Amino acid sequence: MIGKLVVENVRTRPVPTLLSILLIAVPVTLILILVGLSHGLVNDSQRRALGVGADILLRAPSSNLMSMSTATIPQELIPKLLTFPHVVAATGVVTQSAGGLLETVTGIDPAAFNRMSGGFEFVEGHTFQKPDDIILDRYYAEQKKVHAGGKIHLMNRDWNVAGIVEPGKLSHIFVQIGVLQDLFSTPGMVSQIYLKLDDSKNTDAVVADLKSKLPGYPVYSMRDLVSMTSVDALPVLSTFTHVIIGIGVLIAFVVVCLSMYMAVLQRTREIGILKAIGAPKIFILQMILAEALIMGFGGTVFGILLSYGTRALLHSLVPSSLPQAVVYIWWPISGGIALGAALLGALYPGFSAAQKDPIAALSYE
Amino acid sequence: MSDPIISIRKLRKVFRVGEVDIEALRGVDLDVPRGEFLSVVGPSGSGKSTLFHIVGGLTPPTSGTVLVGGEDLSKLGDEGRTRLRQKTVGFVFQKFNLLPTLTAGDNIEVARYIAGNRNGPDPEFLRILELLGITHRLNHKPNALSGGEQQRVAIARALVNRPAILLADEPTGNLDSENSAAVLGLLRGLNRRLGQTVLMITHNPEAAAYGDRIVRMQDGRIVA
Repeated sequence: MIGKLVVENVRTRPVPTLLSILLIAVPVTLILILVGLSHGLVNDSQRRALGVGADILLRAPSSNLMSMSTATIPQELIPKLLTFPHVVAATGVVTQSAGGLLETVTGIDPAAFNRMSGGFEFVEGHTFQKPDDIILDRYYAEQKKVHAGGKIHLMNRDWNVAGIVEPGKLSHIFVQIGVLQDLFSTPGMVSQIYLKLDDSKNTDAVVADLKSKLPGYPVYSMRDLVSMTSVDALPVLSTFTHVIIGIGVLIAFVVVCLSMYMAVLQRTREIGILKAIGAPKIFILQMILAEALIMGFGGTVFGILLSYGTRALLHSLVPSSLPQAVVYIWWPISGGIALGAALLGALYPGFSAAQKDPIAALSYE
Repeated sequence: MSDPIISIRKLRKVFRVGEVDIEALRGVDLDVPRGEFLSVVGPSGSGKSTLFHIVGGLTPPTSGTVLVGGEDLSKLGDEGRTRLRQKTVGFVFQKFNLLPTLTAGDNIEVARYIAGNRNGPDPEFLRILELLGITHRLNHKPNALSGGEQQRVAIARALVNRPAILLADEPTGNLDSENSAAVLGLLRGLNRRLGQTVLMITHNPEAAAYGDRIVRMQDGRIVA
């Protein structure tokens, strides 16, 4: 019977209920976008790192994983690394910021990079032919709306788009390593070196060997690198997520509190009637909380649908910069947050309704 | 007449309005035998509505004793009065006071549900519904019913848990004369056929005449 009362109450005030659901959906969507972007960016970065085909990464001294390392490793180190046992291929790359959001240009030695990664899969065009040639992956090309043979302006100069390749190999933007070294006055220097071994089983032994012989150089197996760049390993993201959750709870709390407070005011007389026919306080409270639960549940479902909308929008506008993953485990979490906040928001109106004096409530016009 | 179902002694009720105490009831003594149809008349402010609210368990007395079905209301807390409203008394109001979002049938069912009665309607209640003439209108919401029909639904709701006392506060105040006569006739019929105790408050002397007995209130006291 409470269910019937609640459903009829919702049906008689559809606009305020729908507005509340919409407003509760906003923080749910925000949480899902944030978590989706965090996972999307990390997954994308891991996929591209593994796409190099290397077993080990060697970075510049004093660099850390979360920052872009400057080109401070002498290129002469590469032939020396090839003399280490089990190392069958080595390639150095230079990374530079392209200026845009999360945009990185990577300078590669095409021959060595192709040997290690298996080569690019060209969608359009061809490999580098001239110094100002640039290769883009399909996502970045779609985002910038350019095709092979076109021009793109990056790092204060124009580049010829030589080819467009399938995504998933280290970077979205590639130029020749020498060109990038000259451009940033770091000739003969690389940012990091990738190593391929004869057998992946030898990775730990080679990592240990490299660490002992090249003190100061951070050396990672690609397997460890992937686990170290997981979303959980990024404390800043976790803090940011908590802040968004806090804002979400606040929004859902205030929205439901206001909406249910207004609903209780509007229904003062009905609450008086229920009390007159013997409804105990818990009955009135349950009725108000059940209505808040409907709003919280509706807001969760609508928020999830909205997050698919933002995902489609981001994918069509900025497919390479902001990949938004669908993280199913966060559906119940964000739903729980919305429902919890909705219940909290309904507590005050619920208690105030339950406490109403039946005589005063019955005379309310 | 049998022992009183309502027995009131030295009942006082004082309301505090701002910093002023208003004495609505000033020592009321009243006995209502089981099965009586009692009409309470009096001008506005005479205290008859306050008496109705106290007997119905909507508000506690300030002092005195109010025995309803053997239970002393002056000793009942909020929970006890809630229980009284579920089981012992049924209300009929001037403004019908049906829940507008529910159908007539659900308005009756909600009262049954709140009283903890999960069984369907008993044969006697089905007879009451027939007597009230609303069985064909139970699927309609209040806004689709006439005033007379709404008041008959309210009477059915008040009786669904077979309360010892039916309290009616100006039950014909919002009805035309034809519907007023019908509703009063129904109350009279329920009293006569089922032995239902009825306590009715009214301004209207013609309505009051339907009762077995009339008591008159003035200035918070019973004067006749």
